[in-house]
Amino acid sequence: MKFIVCIKQVPDTTEVRVDPEKNTLIREGVPAMVNPFDLYAVEEALLFKEKFSGEVIAVSMGPPQAEQALREVISMGVDRAILISDVKFAGADTWATALTLSAAIRKIADYDLILTGKQAADGDTAQVGPGIAEFLDIPQATFVRKVEELDPGARVIRVQSMWEEGSERLELPLPCLISTVKELNEPRLPSLRGKMAAKKAEIPVWTFDDLDVKESDVGLQGSPTQVIKVFPPPAREEGELFADTEPDEAAKIIADRLSAKGLI
Amino acid sequence: MGLKIDHDACTLCEECIPSCPFGSLEIHSGRLVVLETCTLCGACVPVCPVNALEVEEVERSVGIDPSQWRGIWVFAEQRRGEIQSCSFELLGAARALSEKLNVPVTAVTAVLLGSDVRDPAQLLKAGADEVLYVKNEELSRFGVEPYSKVIARLITERKPEIFLGAATFIGRSLFSRIAVKVQAGLTADCTGLDIDTEKRLLRQTRPAFGGNIMATIVCPEHRPQMATVRPKVMKPLAEPYSSSGTVTELSADSLTNRVKFLEFVLDDTSHANISEADIIVTGGRGLQDPKNFSLIQELADLLGGAVGASRSAVDAGWINYSHQVGQTGRTVSPKIYIALGVSGAIQHLVGMQSSDYIIAVNKDPNAPIFKVADVGIVGDLFEVVPQLVSEIKQRKGVG
Ligand SMILES: Cc1cc2nc3c(=O)[nH]c(=O)nc-3n(C[C@H](O)[C@H](O)[C@H](O)COP(=O)(O)OP(=O)(O)OC[C@H]3O[C@@H](n4cnc5c(N)ncnc54)[C@H](O)[C@@H]3O)c2cc1C
Ligand SMILES: Nc1ncnc2c1ncn2[C@@H]1O[C@H](COP(=O)(O)O)[C@@H](O)[C@H]1O
Repeated sequence: MKFIVCIKQVPDTTEVRVDPEKNTLIREGVPAMVNPFDLYAVEEALLFKEKFSGEVIAVSMGPPQAEQALREVISMGVDRAILISDVKFAGADTWATALTLSAAIRKIADYDLILTGKQAADGDTAQVGPGIAEFLDIPQATFVRKVEELDPGARVIRVQSMWEEGSERLELPLPCLISTVKELNEPRLPSLRGKMAAKKAEIPVWTFDDLDVKESDVGLQGSPTQVIKVFPPPAREEGELFADTEPDEAAKIIADRLSAKGLI
Repeated sequence: MGLKIDHDACTLCEECIPSCPFGSLEIHSGRLVVLETCTLCGACVPVCPVNALEVEEVERSVGIDPSQWRGIWVFAEQRRGEIQSCSFELLGAARALSEKLNVPVTAVTAVLLGSDVRDPAQLLKAGADEVLYVKNEELSRFGVEPYSKVIARLITERKPEIFLGAATFIGRSLFSRIAVKVQAGLTADCTGLDIDTEKRLLRQTRPAFGGNIMATIVCPEHRPQMATVRPKVMKPLAEPYSSSGTVTELSADSLTNRVKFLEFVLDDTSHANISEADIIVTGGRGLQDPKNFSLIQELADLLGGAVGASRSAVDAGWINYSHQVGQTGRTVSPKIYIALGVSGAIQHLVGMQSSDYIIAVNKDPNAPIFKVADVGIVGDLFEVVPQLVSEIKQRKGVG
C-alpha cells in the first residue's frame, strides 16, 4: 500500500515573539522543527506499513531548508521524501498550499491513504488537510484520534474523529485523507539505521515546472488571502501575587474574586 | 511581484535582517538580497529607516466583480437538532458588521442544514434577517461532503459578500472544503472581525504562531470573504432582534456521501467539553496522583465548569486527551481559568493565555503560570483547594 504524509517545517512557535516597539517578528535564534502534529501522521503511516507492507512517502512544500524536516522523518523510517520548492510557491496561503500539494500528490499517484497533521503550529489553521481532500475529490476524516481498523481487502478505514463533546466513528473508502491529533499514537524516535538512511537519502525537489499547476494558482499570486498586519497580542494586565498567605486566606481571596465575577 | 529593494536608498544598516520571520534577508557582496524563502509578509517594510523596502502589488487574475456579492451569511451549526450557541454569537457579530457595511442595507442570512432542527426561528431572534433552511434527511447530521456541496451551490447562486462559521470541529472541517469549491479565501479561527469601510473589506484578526502573534488578514479579490471564528469570543445580541424575517425552507437533491457514519460516542464524563465552558478548572502534574483529579472535579462541579489538564497529566494517563489544554491539545478562552499545580510551560500557556481571567495555585513562586495569572496564590493546592471548596459551599449555602 502507498501512504503519503504531508509534513511542514515550522519555527518553534513558542519562541517566536513580536517586537512590541517595531511590531515586527523577532526570529533570531528561533529553531525550525517538524510540525508536532505531523509526527503523529508519520507514526501512524509507519505502523500501517509495518502491518500491511508498502511504502511511506513524505511530502513537504517549503523553502530549500525544509529538506531538513524531510530527513528527520526519514530517520524515523519514512521510505522516501519529496520536497516541493520553488520561488513561485512562496507566499502561499492555505488555498494555494492545498492546491500545490494536491498537484504533487496527483503526480505521485496510486496512493491509498494521505495523512496530514491536524494543523500546523505556525499558522494553526487546520485548513490544508481538508483543502487537499477537496482538490483531489476524496473523502476525509479530520482530527482523527484513533484508527480502529484499516482493511486493505475491503479497501476501507474505520476511524474515530474527535469532536468537542465526543467522537464520531466513521468508515471511509480508500483512497482518502485523514488528519491526526496527538492521542493517536506515540511517535517513535529516530533509529540508528534511520539516521544513516536520512544522511544518505536523495531528496528530489519538484519545482513549478514539475507540477501541473498554473502560475496564477500558486504562491502569493494564487492566494486569496493577504496578511496586511502583524502585531503583538494585547499584553495582560499585571496580576496580583499572594506569596505568604495562609490557605484559608488564599481560599477567601479566590472566592472573593469568583463572587465578584458573579459565580458564587 | 516580490519584495522590491531600492538599492540606491539602502544604506546596508541591516535593521531589516532580524525582523524577517523567515530569515530571508541577507547581505551578499555589499548588497541586500532577498532569498526565496521570502513569503512577502511585509514584516521588514516598516523597519527600514530609509523606506528602501516595498512589497509590490500582485496582479491577481480572478474574474469576479465584488460588487455583485452582497449580504452576510452565517453557518448555523446544529447538533442533534439543537442550534449551537456559537451560531448565536456569530449572528451578534454579523449584525455589527452589517451596520458598518450598511450600503444601503446589508442583510444577515443564517444558513441552516438539517431535517428536524428545533425552532429554526431562534436564528431570527438572534440577529438573522432571513433563515435559509435546507431540509433533508441526509443533512440531519453533519457530513462534510453533502454539507459542502449544498452550501457551495447556495453560495454560487446567491453570492454572499461574507460567510462566517464557528471554528469548531465541524466548522473547521467544512469551511476549507467549501473555500476550495467556490475558490474563496478563508481565514481560520478569528478572534476579531471588522470592516474596512473605505475598501469594503472584512478585516479578519487571528492569533498565529501559538498566540504569540496577531495577524490581520483581508481577502481583496475573491468572494465570499470566508472566516471561521473562535467560539466564545463574539457576543450574542443582548436583546432579541426583531425582524420581519422568515424561515425559507429549501430542498436538496442528489446528495451523496462516501463517508459512512457509524456512531457518535459522547465522552465518558460530563466534564469533557472544555471548548464550550465558561469556567475551566485545570489540574497539572502537581496533583501527583490520578485520584486527586476528583478534587478538580469537585471544584469544577461547584462552579459549573469543565475540567482541563496539562499535557503532563494527560501523558501520565491521569485523564483523557480531550481535556488537554495547550499547543498539542485545545486552545480555550473561557471567562475564568483556574490552574492548579500547573507550571505554565509555554506550550500550555499558548492554549489558555487568552482566557478573560486566570487564577493559579502553585507552590513554586517562580512558576511561569504566575506571569499570566490575574490572581496567583503561592501555596500547596492540597491545602488551598479543599479550603476553597468549603468556602464556596458556605457562600452558596450548600453542604
Ligand atoms: C511539542 C510540545 C507540545 C506540547 N504541548 C503541550 C500542551 O498542549 N499542553 C501542555 O499542557 N503541555 C504541553 N507540552 C508540555 C509542556 O512543555 C510541559 O511539560 C507541561 O505543560 C507541564 O505540565 P505540568 O505543568 O502539569 O507539570 P510540571 O511542569 O511538572 O508542573 C507541575 C507544577 O505543579 C506544582 N506543584 C507540585 N505540587 C504542588 C502542590 N502540592 N500544590 C501546588 N502546586 C504544586 C509545581 O511547582 C509545578 O510548577 C508540550 C511540549 C512539547 C515539547
Ligand atoms: N507546506 C506544507 N507542506 C506539507 N504539508 C503541509 C504544508 N502546510 C500544511 N501541511 C499539512 O497540512 C496540515 C495542516 O496545516 P495547516 O492547515 O497549515 O494548519 C499540517 O499538519 C501538514 O500535515
